[in-house]
Amino acid sequence: MLKREQLKDDYLENRLIRRRLVLAAVFSVLLLSVVLGRLYVLQIVEHEHFSTLSDSNRVRIKALPPTRGLIYDRHGVVMADNLPAYRLEIVREQVPDLESTLRQLKQYVDYSDQDLKRFQQSLARRRPFESIPLRLNLNDEEVARMAVNLHQFEGVEINARLTRNYPHGAHAIHALGYVGRIDEKDLRKVSEVDYAGTTHIGKLGLEKFYENELHGEVGLQQVEVNARGRTLRVLSETPPLQGNNLHLTIDSGLQKVAEEAFAEYTGAAVAINPNNGEILALVSMPVFDPNLFVNGISFANYSALLDSSRRPLFNRALSGQYPPGSTSKPFYGLVGLESAVTRKEQKKFCIGYYKLPNEPRRYRDWKKEGHGHMDLNNAITQSCDVYFYDLAYRLGIDRMSAFLDKFGFGAKTGVDSTGERSGLLPSREWKRGHDGMPWFPGETLITGIGQGAFLVTPLQLANSTAAFSQKGVRYQPRLVKSVEKIPEYEHIEIASRIAGRYELLKEANWEHVHKAMINVVHGLRGTAHRSIGRGIEYTVAGKTGTAQVFEVAQDEEYEEEKVIEKLRDHALFISYAPAENPRIAVAVIVENGGHGSSVAAPIARRIMDAYLLEKS
Amino acid sequence: MSQVLDSDSVSYSRRIMDALRLDPVMLSLLLILASFGSLVLYSASGADLDAVVRQMTRIVVAMLLLVAIANIPLRMIRKFSIWLYIAGVALLIAVMFFGEVGKGAQRWLNLGFIRFQPSEILKLAVPMVVAAYLANRVLPVGLKELLVSAVLVAIPVLLIARQPDLGTAILVGSAGFFVLFLAGVRWRVMISLGILLSLMAPLLWKFALHDYQRKRILTLLDPESDPLGSGYHIIQSKIAIGSGGVYGKGWLNGTQSQLDFIPERSTDFIFSVFGEEFGFFGSVVLLLIYLAIIFRGLYIAAHSTENFGRLLAGALSLTFFVYLFVNTGMVTGMLPVVGVPLPLISYGGTSMVTLMMGFGLIMSIRSAKRFLV
Repeated sequence: MLKREQLKDDYLENRLIRRRLVLAAVFSVLLLSVVLGRLYVLQIVEHEHFSTLSDSNRVRIKALPPTRGLIYDRHGVVMADNLPAYRLEIVREQVPDLESTLRQLKQYVDYSDQDLKRFQQSLARRRPFESIPLRLNLNDEEVARMAVNLHQFEGVEINARLTRNYPHGAHAIHALGYVGRIDEKDLRKVSEVDYAGTTHIGKLGLEKFYENELHGEVGLQQVEVNARGRTLRVLSETPPLQGNNLHLTIDSGLQKVAEEAFAEYTGAAVAINPNNGEILALVSMPVFDPNLFVNGISFANYSALLDSSRRPLFNRALSGQYPPGSTSKPFYGLVGLESAVTRKEQKKFCIGYYKLPNEPRRYRDWKKEGHGHMDLNNAITQSCDVYFYDLAYRLGIDRMSAFLDKFGFGAKTGVDSTGERSGLLPSREWKRGHDGMPWFPGETLITGIGQGAFLVTPLQLANSTAAFSQKGVRYQPRLVKSVEKIPEYEHIEIASRIAGRYELLKEANWEHVHKAMINVVHGLRGTAHRSIGRGIEYTVAGKTGTAQVFEVAQDEEYEEEKVIEKLRDHALFISYAPAENPRIAVAVIVENGGHGSSVAAPIARRIMDAYLLEKS
Repeated sequence: MSQVLDSDSVSYSRRIMDALRLDPVMLSLLLILASFGSLVLYSASGADLDAVVRQMTRIVVAMLLLVAIANIPLRMIRKFSIWLYIAGVALLIAVMFFGEVGKGAQRWLNLGFIRFQPSEILKLAVPMVVAAYLANRVLPVGLKELLVSAVLVAIPVLLIARQPDLGTAILVGSAGFFVLFLAGVRWRVMISLGILLSLMAPLLWKFALHDYQRKRILTLLDPESDPLGSGYHIIQSKIAIGSGGVYGKGWLNGTQSQLDFIPERSTDFIFSVFGEEFGFFGSVVLLLIYLAIIFRGLYIAAHSTENFGRLLAGALSLTFFVYLFVNTGMVTGMLPVVGVPLPLISYGGTSMVTLMMGFGLIMSIRSAKRFLV
């Protein structure tokens, strides 16, 4: 050690350095081989993979949302179209600082917390470089203000997009339904590809039921972009295909008449062409403006609608379930005759109440003093309860429910809309499944006057009435007459479909009940004679009904004036006209309207007048 | 006939080379690389001719500096080393107080007429001073020499790392290390140092690295964890290189590059552009040119007649290799993203000038040998 420190030997040192240099050279080659190996893996082994990535990097698919199909009424009146509306949209990738951008935007365009929340939700599931709407439906002032200041905001755009519009506002809303912003739940149901770029979807009613027809086909644009998402050029384009147009069976004019006929009343009315099941008018009152929902209803508006005691959002025509009351009597009359349990001339003496053989309970007639001697014709015309208690007792629940089932009670009609409910046709099986209890004879009696557990929807009642008018031929009701296929503009008529058929044993049985129903309106003692039977230019077959909302105790009396409106009876009326060749069947239910004759029947008449008289 | 002419012209050009004290082999390799670089730069800058002209101007200026340095006698360079080192460290300290901040780091010193990074000086000064110090000592180095050298290297490296400029710190540090390595630091010393460093790694991770540096290393391990954030560079660079395939997409046809997907594509990530447009084949050729330059440098080192020349030429050549390895390793996703340019090809004057001056030193070393023999 000491020696070497003293003596500097250039030869040895040179050898040492050279050795190290060679070592370093070898080491360099080794490390460079690692780089080469890496390049080999990237460029040759995994070339395909990166090549694909590179192409998808450069070529971006932009979805072009289709224009939603239009909806027309049966005469070509536009019920739903699309209007351009300005939206404030943000492309996240192009915004340097989202938070400050959102803060600054607030100075020019006010957006609610709800807008922000929705925006953030969409942001989380956006595709790269997709523009996400922050506010829809900007007004002119907001557009102008934004346009002037747009240059300060990178990644912020104002885009005009076609948005669903209901030109008549609340008109026919419960027949149409509405569209709204796609939410998480919708997204799970639709194909992500088909709805790329689509912001709205049918939420309710026809709009939802015919979503597939109305939506159209998404278009695609292949664009070349740079890393900042700027579109450099369009490589190819498949334009979107507008959704198919719907032509409804609804007659907008008739619908309007029906809506106006309700005035301030709450309830529902359905008018059907009994010859093919076409729904001519479908009214549920009160109504609301669907346009509010298209661009995201404000919380205040929504809670106002929700909290309203009259529940405007509730589609009574399809979802409302009411006891049919006396409107069920013609059906029982027919089954009585058909099953030979009763005869046309067979009479029952009405003393104002009915008692079962071994029961102390009195089943009351609506007319306290009784109707006296009643045959079937009179029992229907004057709506005698006692006659039908007796008939029900003798028919038994099994025969009753089996027969009413044939006319569509207790089952959905299968109408082409959403939210339809089935009503409830009581039967022994139902009772057992429902609460495990056996059927009591008393229940047969109250079912016999359309009370108790028996529930119908207005649509169902109208359809059953239509089936009655056709001597048992029941069509499936529908709202769409034809689908206009785009782009051929070819009308595909929706064929009417017979949903069920009851074969009459004797046509005379039906004739008898049919005539009794004509007497309801045209007979001097008919329950609807005073309200609508005078000065009528065509023959109507009808039946009034009153459905109890709450049960009157045995020893109490129902007095209309003393009962608060909410608990008052529902008024019902069913009818078809012209009686000799029915072209329209109507069911009207007025909630808490009291007697069917005074409130519901006039609404039905106005609908029939409008349809039968103005047309001819 | 032509043969005669050829040999005539060869001897003629050799005479010029000798007169200018230049190494024709090294010079031609550098020129090939620089022209290659201009070609790639034209593509990477988005066919910006101005940028290419600016870069070529820099190459010319850097070449002139190369020639100038090559003509300084080696003895003078050796004497001058310590002063260059002291001046460099002083400037580094000045940067700490008066430096300009750019891109989050304080690296630049503005002298009014010129704005430069003092850390660049140290890339040359550190190997020079360590080589000058060790040249007179008996090799292999003893403990005292090792410690002195280590301090000489550590001072500027720490100052540069503080700026922070990890890339330059690594280059300066490795330049100093290579001198020691060539001077024969014993293996057991190096191994113990290696073990010590790896033991200290967790501490360094915690205290010495900045957040963004830690993030870059983490990103390297899993770039997909943050594809639009810090992993973006690596992912896009890998896509570019990988999609190049065997022969590449062709000059000016790299979609990743031309469509702006590669960040820093004309500077630190220019190799991604090259890899995309010229493929594996082009990359191999490029790497071979680099390897030839390094080998030529090592050859000159091996044939130098004195230790100062051997150590310095060797260390500079190996530092050049570190440039190449760190940069290519970084763009291919093997190493964390540290700001190390691809030598002589990346756009930018600073590293170009320093590198060419380094080659000037190597050529001076070569001439020193020739004139002595």
